[in-house]
Amino acid sequence: MYPDNYRYTKDHEWVTVEGDTATAGITHHAQEQLGDIVFVDLPKVGDSCTQGKTMGSVESVKAVSDIYSPVSGEVIAVNDSLSSSPEVLNADPHGTGWLVKIRVSNAVELDGLMTAAAYQEYLGGSH
Amino acid sequence: MIRKVRNHLNPEEGLVFEISSPGKKAYQLPDLDVPAVDPAQALGPANVRREIEHFPEISEVETIRHFTRLSAQNYAIDFGCYPLGSCTMKYNPRVNELVARTEGLAWAHPYQPEALAQGCLEVIDVLERYLCEVTGMDAVSLQPAAGAHGEWTGIMLVRALHESRGNPRKKILVPDSAHGTNPATAAMCGYDVESIKSNDRGLIDLEAVARAANEDVAAMMITNPNTLGIFEENIDKAAAILHEKGAMVYMDGANMNALVGISRPGDFGVDVMHLNLHKTFSTPHGGGGPGAGPVAVRSHLEPFLPIPRVKRNGAALAFDYDRPQSIGKVRAFYGNFGVLVRALAYTLAHGGPGLRNATMDAILNANYVRTRLQDYYDMPYDSPSMHECVFSDDRQSAKGVKTGDIAKRLIDYGFHPYTVSFPLIVHGALMIEPTETEPKQELDLLADALIDIAREIDDDPNLVKTAPHGTRVSRVDEVTAARKPILRWRP
Repeated sequence: MYPDNYRYTKDHEWVTVEGDTATAGITHHAQEQLGDIVFVDLPKVGDSCTQGKTMGSVESVKAVSDIYSPVSGEVIAVNDSLSSSPEVLNADPHGTGWLVKIRVSNAVELDGLMTAAAYQEYLGGSH
Repeated sequence: MIRKVRNHLNPEEGLVFEISSPGKKAYQLPDLDVPAVDPAQALGPANVRREIEHFPEISEVETIRHFTRLSAQNYAIDFGCYPLGSCTMKYNPRVNELVARTEGLAWAHPYQPEALAQGCLEVIDVLERYLCEVTGMDAVSLQPAAGAHGEWTGIMLVRALHESRGNPRKKILVPDSAHGTNPATAAMCGYDVESIKSNDRGLIDLEAVARAANEDVAAMMITNPNTLGIFEENIDKAAAILHEKGAMVYMDGANMNALVGISRPGDFGVDVMHLNLHKTFSTPHGGGGPGAGPVAVRSHLEPFLPIPRVKRNGAALAFDYDRPQSIGKVRAFYGNFGVLVRALAYTLAHGGPGLRNATMDAILNANYVRTRLQDYYDMPYDSPSMHECVFSDDRQSAKGVKTGDIAKRLIDYGFHPYTVSFPLIVHGALMIEPTETEPKQELDLLADALIDIAREIDDDPNLVKTAPHGTRVSRVDEVTAARKPILRWRP
C-alpha cells in the first residue's frame, strides 16, 4: 500500500526524490479520510514552497483541507489533469494522482520525514 | 415506523422557463395617465433592451401555483424540527413579523432626515444596549450582515487596534474544532493561521495555547461553547495567557444560544465577539438570509467600530460619523434593519428571565436527545453537553453506513438532517441541535426516528445506504454535481 521508496509527513503527504526532483502527493489514508475529492487547488510552476507550509488545498464533498509541502524548493511541474479529473486522486493517490514536482533546495529535510513502516505505525496509533 | 407527516408529495414540477408560453402575462397595469417617456431618450439607447431573451411568460395563477408547489417541496422550521447542529434553527415567533411590519419601521427610508427617524434610531440604540447587557461587552455595532461578516469586522477591529499600537502582528490562533469560517476570516484579514489541537476532552489545551502565544499573535478565535457543544471551562485562563502577550480574544458567538442569560463573554476575558441574530435571536434563517451578525467589543476596541455610530444629542438621537479611528463602513446604511427590529421584538417579548429560560430549555432539549440516543450511537467526547450534542458513526460505519446515509434516511422520517461530518475532529460526526422551541413530543419523534434507523442498520443496512426513498427526488449524485456542475439551464 505505502511504497518503501517514498517518505511521509504527519499531515499525510508523500514525497519521492530522483536526483534533485521531488514528486509529492497525498497518501491513500488522506484520500480515504477526505472521501470523494471534487476539486484540487495547486501552486503554479515557478512558485517556491517551504516544508510544512501550505502549498494548496483539496476539496472533497465533506471538507476543504490544506496540503502542506513535504519539502522546500521550487515548483517545476503540477499535475494539470487533476483539474478535470480530481477522481484520479481517490483512485491512485500514490501514482497518477501525484500533485507537484519540486526542485529540492535542501535535501537534508527528507531525513526528518517518516519511512513507509514508520508512517503505517503512525496511522495505527493516532489518526 | 415512520410516524410523521412528510411533505415531498408533489408531482414533478417544471422550471418556470418550461411552463412559459408566449403572450401570457401575470400583471395588468392601468392606462398611463401621464405623458409617455421614450426610455431611449431618457436613459440613452445603450441602456434599453427591446426584449429579454427567454424571459418566462406565465399567468398570475400559474405563477402562484408554481412557486407554492416549489415551496412545498422544501423543508422549513414551520414543518418540523430542524436539528441542524451549530445553526440554531429555532422557531421564528410571529410577533417578530408583526412588529417588523409596523408602518413607520417597514417603510422607513435610509435617507429619511434624522428628526423623522427617531424611532428607527431608538431601535438601533436600545438593541445595542440590550446586546451589551447580554454579552457583558461595552459597545455593539449592528452593521455586519451575517456571522462570517461579523467575524471579518471583528478581526479588522483587532488589526486596527494593533496597528494603532505600531504593529499589526502576524497570525491568528484557531482551535482544530473551529468553524471553517474562523481560519477563512483570519486569512481574509491578512493573517496567517495557526491551528491549536484540542485536548482529549475536546477542550482548549492551555499548554498548547501557552506554547503558541507570543508577540506575533494578533488574536485567538474561540467558539464557546465549542463545536462539540462543550463549554470551554478554561477560556478565562486562555484569555489571561493571550492578554499577557498583548493578543486579543475573539469569540465566535455562533453558539450563544447556550449562554444567553447565564454566562457573559465579557466576564470571561473576551475582547471582541459577534452574535448571530438569525440564530440566537430568532430572526428568519436559511435561504440566504438576510441575517445580522452584530459585533460586540470591550472599550479598548470601541474607537475602531464601523461608522456611523448612534449617539444621543440632547433629547434626540443622531448618527455620528466623526470617528477618526473607525475602520469605516462595512455595510450599506445601518445593516439589515428589518432583522434588527425582529431581534429587538424577540428580546422584549422574552425579557431577561425569558431569555434565560430559553437558554435552559435549549440545554435541556439537547441533553434529552443525547440521553435518548447514547445507547445507540457512539459519543467520542463525553464532556457535558450544552445546546447541542455530537455523536460519531463509528458503530454504524462498521456496517458500511456513514453519517451522511443516516442523515438521508432521517429525511424519510420527516426531519431535516442534522449537521453531517462536522466538527472535523470527530470522525463521521452527527451534530444535533434541537433548540429550545421543540416540544417533547417532537424530540421523541426525532429520537425514535434515529433509534429506528440504528435498528435498520443492524437489520438491513442497504435500506439506509440507498435512502431517501420517500422524497420526490431520490439520492442525488453529490460527487458528480460538485465535479461537473451544470450551472445554467438551457432550452
